[in-house]
Amino acid sequence: MSAVTHTKVLDLKGLLCPIPVVKMAKAIKEVEIGETIEAIATDPGVMADIPAWCRTTGNELVTLEKVDKQFHFVVRRAR
Amino acid sequence: MFAENATAFPAENTMQVSSNGKAVKNKLSMVVFSGDMDKVMAALIIATGAAASGMEVCMFFTFWGLKALQQPGKLTGKGLFGRMLGVMNRGGLDAIGPSRLNMGGMGRWMFKVMMKQKGVATLPELYEMAVDLGVKMMPCQMSMDVMEFDPNTFQENVTGPVGVATFLEEAAESKINMFI
Repeated sequence: MSAVTHTKVLDLKGLLCPIPVVKMAKAIKEVEIGETIEAIATDPGVMADIPAWCRTTGNELVTLEKVDKQFHFVVRRAR
Repeated sequence: MFAENATAFPAENTMQVSSNGKAVKNKLSMVVFSGDMDKVMAALIIATGAAASGMEVCMFFTFWGLKALQQPGKLTGKGLFGRMLGVMNRGGLDAIGPSRLNMGGMGRWMFKVMMKQKGVATLPELYEMAVDLGVKMMPCQMSMDVMEFDPNTFQENVTGPVGVATFLEEAAESKINMFI
């Protein structure tokens, strides 16, 4: 991805619903407010689910993009 | 591209009042009536997803749903009919079969193989995840009496037996209610 360093990197490859969201929920508690988590998933469901999860939990979705067959996203803990 | 969607956070500032006059919480309550593998799976996925999204979650297991809370290998029943029921319909998350095409256990086996190939979490894994996330599991007292369930046949992390009034109190203060 970019040259920016993220506080935490999560590997969600091969995991299906609901595990990506459950792992995000755990990981977000392990970083401070303002810090970011970078994650890579293979489940196409995250394209809809991660934005929805961010809206319900009040965290900020920084980027979400499809790279080849993987989905890269960055979430910043906002609260 | 999706980032602008992430700013709004509507919870808490829209205050709703429940039927018992208390504030509605960011909470999901669920009746798990079915003891079928596929339906219990849906229930557990929704429960873990809600808990991971910051909701309080309460699951009320009644009738066949109790089969999902049973420890593997522990039989239920006291009288003749109760024991027959316990033997013919073994409980536990690994023993329950799908609602359609179970075909004497073949369907269950087939679904398990297909789910494993795709890397879907198993029911015991989902249950453990739900417990880790603080999902409350409540068994129905009346169903336990009818089906002759002893509380010590249940898995860990199940609350004491409760009745309809307890569930309704939970449901009344929940934003989302479901029956599965």
